[in-house]
Amino acid sequence: MGTCMLSRVADSMYWMSRYFERADHCARVLEANYNLMLSPSNVSTEQRWLRIAACLGFQPDASIGDPQLAMIRMTSDTKGRASIVSCISSARENASQVREQISSEMWERLNQLYHETTQSGLRVQSDADPLRLVTTIREGSYRFYGVTDQTMNHDEGWQFIQFGKYMERACAISILLDAHFSAAIPEEDLEWVGLLASCSAFEAYCKVYTADFSPERIAEFLLLNAEFPYTVRYAAERMLAALDAIAEASAVRRPARIERTIGQLRASLAYSHIKDIIAGDIHQFLYGVIEQCWQLHAAVHELYIDYPIESAFEA
Amino acid sequence: MAVISQASGNLSFNPFAGYHIDTAYDEMFHSEGLTRPHYEHLLNRLQSVSIEDLRRSKQEADVSFFNQGITFTVYGKKEGTERIFPHDLLPRIITGAEWRTIEEGLTQRITALNHFLKDLYHERRILRDGVIPGEIIYTCKHFRRQMRGVKVARDVYVSVCGTDLVRLPTGEFVVLEDNLRVPSGVSYMLTSRKVMKQTFPMLFRKCGVRPIEHYSQVLLSTLRSLAPEGRSNPTIVVLTPGVYNSAYFEHAFLARQMGIQLVEGRDLVVHDNLVYIRTTSGLQRVDVIYRRVDDDFLDPLAFRPDSTLGAAGLFNAYRSGNVVLANALGTGVADDKAIYAYVPKIIRYYLGQDPILNNVETYLMADEKERNHVVENLDKYVVKAVGESGGYGMLIGPHSSAEQREEFRLRILQDPRNYIAQPTLALSTAPCFMEDGHIEPRHIDLRPYVLFGEKVTVVPGGLTRVALRKGSLVVNSSQGGGSKDTWVLQD
Repeated sequence: MGTCMLSRVADSMYWMSRYFERADHCARVLEANYNLMLSPSNVSTEQRWLRIAACLGFQPDASIGDPQLAMIRMTSDTKGRASIVSCISSARENASQVREQISSEMWERLNQLYHETTQSGLRVQSDADPLRLVTTIREGSYRFYGVTDQTMNHDEGWQFIQFGKYMERACAISILLDAHFSAAIPEEDLEWVGLLASCSAFEAYCKVYTADFSPERIAEFLLLNAEFPYTVRYAAERMLAALDAIAEASAVRRPARIERTIGQLRASLAYSHIKDIIAGDIHQFLYGVIEQCWQLHAAVHELYIDYPIESAFEA
Repeated sequence: MAVISQASGNLSFNPFAGYHIDTAYDEMFHSEGLTRPHYEHLLNRLQSVSIEDLRRSKQEADVSFFNQGITFTVYGKKEGTERIFPHDLLPRIITGAEWRTIEEGLTQRITALNHFLKDLYHERRILRDGVIPGEIIYTCKHFRRQMRGVKVARDVYVSVCGTDLVRLPTGEFVVLEDNLRVPSGVSYMLTSRKVMKQTFPMLFRKCGVRPIEHYSQVLLSTLRSLAPEGRSNPTIVVLTPGVYNSAYFEHAFLARQMGIQLVEGRDLVVHDNLVYIRTTSGLQRVDVIYRRVDDDFLDPLAFRPDSTLGAAGLFNAYRSGNVVLANALGTGVADDKAIYAYVPKIIRYYLGQDPILNNVETYLMADEKERNHVVENLDKYVVKAVGESGGYGMLIGPHSSAEQREEFRLRILQDPRNYIAQPTLALSTAPCFMEDGHIEPRHIDLRPYVLFGEKVTVVPGGLTRVALRKGSLVVNSSQGGGSKDTWVLQD
């Protein structure tokens, strides 16, 4: 029975992973948009930052008009919980609660990244500093994901890490797509390239479609491609695979409504055609994905983490 | 016996130059230049290597400690509070014969103290017979009225004990204090042995050092032997206050070594007087809890209502015999420093034997005559608060200022029951490797670990703590102390 996993430990691993992925996503989006902003564009700076703020969960404030200020706020403001530094701190806080359960390499990487980002977060002065910070995060995240896969048992705890990471990614990309497709902003090629860059998907896209950018293809790629890690479908498939592995390891029976949600999510991404999605209501479609992710999040919490003790005795 | 000056004749640098022995007992030297026989292998080794080699060994050992994450948390400082436990390169060596006395003495002591605890919480014969005044028990803040009449598994109250011993100038080991609540430090004993085996592999062979690596297995079987009846495959867990506790590393280390879950209070659920841990596979019943949380914090319903470190209802489940806590609740009454003074009487009362290990002479401030004498001569005594540990709440007379003495005089007069005094002891000294490459004597003590389940086991070794500051007598890690590996030799 030594293989049982404490609910608290599973929960900390899940949140460690989600916060880490959130910081990583935030860094990619900021990097892509900071670069876009340097070229003349139909999109005003204010429109751009409003859109980013909405995607990343920031309340718009006066800093929106000033790209430098906005960048500092989104990278290193620790008063809010959405900045990169705040997300890394939250990830580290959760990791420190389960330091004995993750590998020491994982802890070291995360800890190192925390110290690097908090230090450079304090020092943002020149206009190149924010870009340095987001590069640090991106590089740091490749390393962290690498050691996570290579140094930890791929047991139930690892599955909770995968579940958190891909849950966060599936939602974040959906929100990003929604912001671009439902925006009243005039979209031009450069903006679509920016969207691909926000998902580190530029090269991967070109390999499939050549450097021919159409909103429909970009949507198809980021939403329905099953082979690239930064797409909604890939993330959702991985998330569901982790969920199945958790169900098997814990031997807890999933209620029918959860099975239904899982099936719907899997089918809608595997069998939908992009033309139908766009001809219909893409906002509704993306919102449906996010909604289903949230149902799974709540279901996992209720099944494995914070279940009422009465239900535990019925079984 | 070897004489240093001869052996080191061909060396340009003698690391022992400037090693001076004073009135304290020195573990390595009989008198200046005259080595005790059981230290000769170490001496030869030290004289056959260069100072650079020793320095490198020291660095490697430090790196090894760092990589293993052997750190402790210092309270009252902000971030970066994790420090490596300072570790001395040279082992402290104890002969087989010396160890036998220690082992017998500790076994006798833990046996008597367990009888004493059982008696206190049941018949109270020792009080009725007038051996110990009842007042001193009832005024002890670690006495738990709630434990009256509670049946404890195997009648073992103290199953894990770390007793602090010091060595007097005569060479005799005496007991300085008993730690019967949640003694810590055993992880340092185990990890420092691992590091020393990498540092001095051949020396281990030559000296015939007895192994200690089985401590975790013995601890596990001790805990298993306490499991409630009928629970043939008991679930055993370590309960920690959490990652912010100074001994968290040790809690995690022991859980890992024993292969059992490390849980926090919030992982526990009590239902119908049964205790469970909340796992992703549902609730799992718990049978034995090796708790590293103090009595006060175990159950907000029974003890401190503001505690979040325990579980509501745990005490009732414990009282019903459905779960075992090790150590039992209420053991703190027996390591109160005022009750410590009565331990020799306790041993005679329950076992009809003379104590094998003596106490340090102790004056109770509750006693008017003793108090008057001590208060007039505070510069000669060490004064300790009875319920404190870790070197807090202590006055070391000879090293104190007039101001500090006045403060303690007032404190004693205000609350005499809370203080005891002991003569300032010249703790024994052992050679320590200093940063400048010299070897100098530093004061040490010894904390062996005693386990009591089906039977008493004293793992041959312990934590030797070192007062690393020159002349200092305080060995606590929170006060600038370090540690040494402790080698007990085969005969």
